[in-house]
Amino acid sequence: MKTDTSTESALTTRKLSLAYADTTIIEALDLAIPAGRITALVGPNGCGKSTLLKGLARLVKPKAGVVYLDSASIFKLSTKEVAKRLGMLPQGPVAPEGLTVRELVAQGRYPHQGWLQQWSQEDERFTEQALAITSVAELADRPLDSLSGGQRQRAWIAMTLAQNTDVLLLDEPTTFLDLAHQIEVLDLLYELNQTQNRTIVMVLHDLNQACRYADYLVAMRQGCIYAQGIPTKVMTEAMVREVFGLESRIVADPVAGTPMCVPIGRKSREARLHQG
Amino acid sequence: MRGVPLHQSSTMKISWFVIRSNSLRLSFRIDRRVPLVLLLLLIMTLIVMVISVGYGEYPIPHLDVVKTVLGLQSSNSDYVFVIHTLRLPRVIIAFMVGTALAIAGTLLQGLTRNPLAAPEIVGVEAGAGLAAVALIVLFPSIPILFLPIAAFAGAAIAALLVYGLAWEQGSAPIRLILVGVGVGAIASAFTTLMITFGNIYDVSQALVWLAGSVYGRNWEHVQALLPWLVVFIPASLLLARELNTLNLGDQVARSLGSSVEWQRALLLITCVALSGASVATAGTIGFVGLMAPHLARQLVGNAHEGLIPTAALVGGLIVALADLLGRSLFAPIEIPCGVITAVVGAPYFLYLLYRNRNT
Repeated sequence: MKTDTSTESALTTRKLSLAYADTTIIEALDLAIPAGRITALVGPNGCGKSTLLKGLARLVKPKAGVVYLDSASIFKLSTKEVAKRLGMLPQGPVAPEGLTVRELVAQGRYPHQGWLQQWSQEDERFTEQALAITSVAELADRPLDSLSGGQRQRAWIAMTLAQNTDVLLLDEPTTFLDLAHQIEVLDLLYELNQTQNRTIVMVLHDLNQACRYADYLVAMRQGCIYAQGIPTKVMTEAMVREVFGLESRIVADPVAGTPMCVPIGRKSREARLHQG
Repeated sequence: MRGVPLHQSSTMKISWFVIRSNSLRLSFRIDRRVPLVLLLLLIMTLIVMVISVGYGEYPIPHLDVVKTVLGLQSSNSDYVFVIHTLRLPRVIIAFMVGTALAIAGTLLQGLTRNPLAAPEIVGVEAGAGLAAVALIVLFPSIPILFLPIAAFAGAAIAALLVYGLAWEQGSAPIRLILVGVGVGAIASAFTTLMITFGNIYDVSQALVWLAGSVYGRNWEHVQALLPWLVVFIPASLLLARELNTLNLGDQVARSLGSSVEWQRALLLITCVALSGASVATAGTIGFVGLMAPHLARQLVGNAHEGLIPTAALVGGLIVALADLLGRSLFAPIEIPCGVITAVVGAPYFLYLLYRNRNT
């Protein structure tokens, strides 16, 4: 399945340039996100991967170029129309004090509601489903600020799930979580992709997790794409050297068999020299 | 998709009260606590109003107050005159002003995501006050109907100034408060200037009004205030859902398909209109817009569909009660209700400031 490259694209960018004020972050970028797959964006800090994700979600207006959702320009669709098809979870979102998990998740239904239709049966069904899938149903009546980081992140993911979009963008969904919770969140996203065929695009910091969970890997450097494709092709010692400026060895992950990056660093290099 | 446990749907009915019609394609949801809380607040407000109308140099028994207001007893013409001409409009104004200020505060706290924001704290009331005093002192012959419009303009200018100076990528709560207090102080200084140099008769008029009092308000004032409430209270209820979304932060709101800038502008206009109109009617009654939303949040939670009407009634009750206390505490001396709300509200503001010191 991972070798099949002739799939359709859920999201495409054509000559996309993104900028904050006068600083250009992304320059004339062409990218195609495969539909129904998990795509991971990796790269060093400040390479523009978060900005690209925001650009894909129309949170940053492009300086030039277009983003296509299926085949329509994202800027020609109404923002609510986009929100019915594309969900985005920004990094480190903050909820107001005292907001309960259920209230938060129900907010995900916003694009499907109107003045007269504020809480349809469908809204209720998708909210319940999202609570159940992310295993936060038991916490539904607890205020968000009383939960652990992992539980809170699951509640936010539940909100984006309640939105019921085909495409899901997540900006570093595992930051501030301990390892067990990181894996829990990634497993959840994998399951969503497998059982519901949702297209998932996420920014990840951990290269090994990216290789394990993503079907498609996009390595970025200074606002450009250095390499993209299946992880076994993208994840090379040369890529890690040129993108991250780090010497490493790429071995097979002993558990999943996917590429695994073992950084060398100065300490281990010196240690190796001493051993002879 | 995984199965959903059955008890799920039953717990959902505990926290929310849902009205739904499939044939009409209508559905609404409010916090389950809202209907009862609104009913209790309404009863308390009515009780305070009846006591307030009955109280005074010429006391009227409560039952007679109710009968006269409902038109069941028109034989005692003294009652009719005292109630209808002197006391009832004043009590109604107190309630209306409290309602408007409370909603304005709720909107402002929601749209700035700042628990310390309120029209009286971020300088909106002072701006409205300056504009209204300027109108009274500079154009004394202008009819009362124009006062709310001037106040609206003053409030809008103050709001835009504060917003423009304090808003920087979301703006920290304390920054907004500091800039707001600064703009408020400048507006107050100009108001004082206006009073110092104005014609003595016009100034005395302005002073009574500036103290934040509903003294001597009549049906004409009710008429001037009513249209503003009729337009902007429903507007605030229509915008309630948008506030819930904006409360999750700009990025999440935008991802959910909210046109953030547009909604924020509408909310700001509504907030400015409600505070401007109430300042034009009763002067600057402080801290109601700050306290009422917090108290309401304790009662019904965060969802603005229920929070806005609850805060409105809490605000109405606070001002009606403050006016009753102001008239009765040191009778026959009357204390403006704005002084009462400030005595209670200022410590409350300090408490909130202390609680938010880390943000």
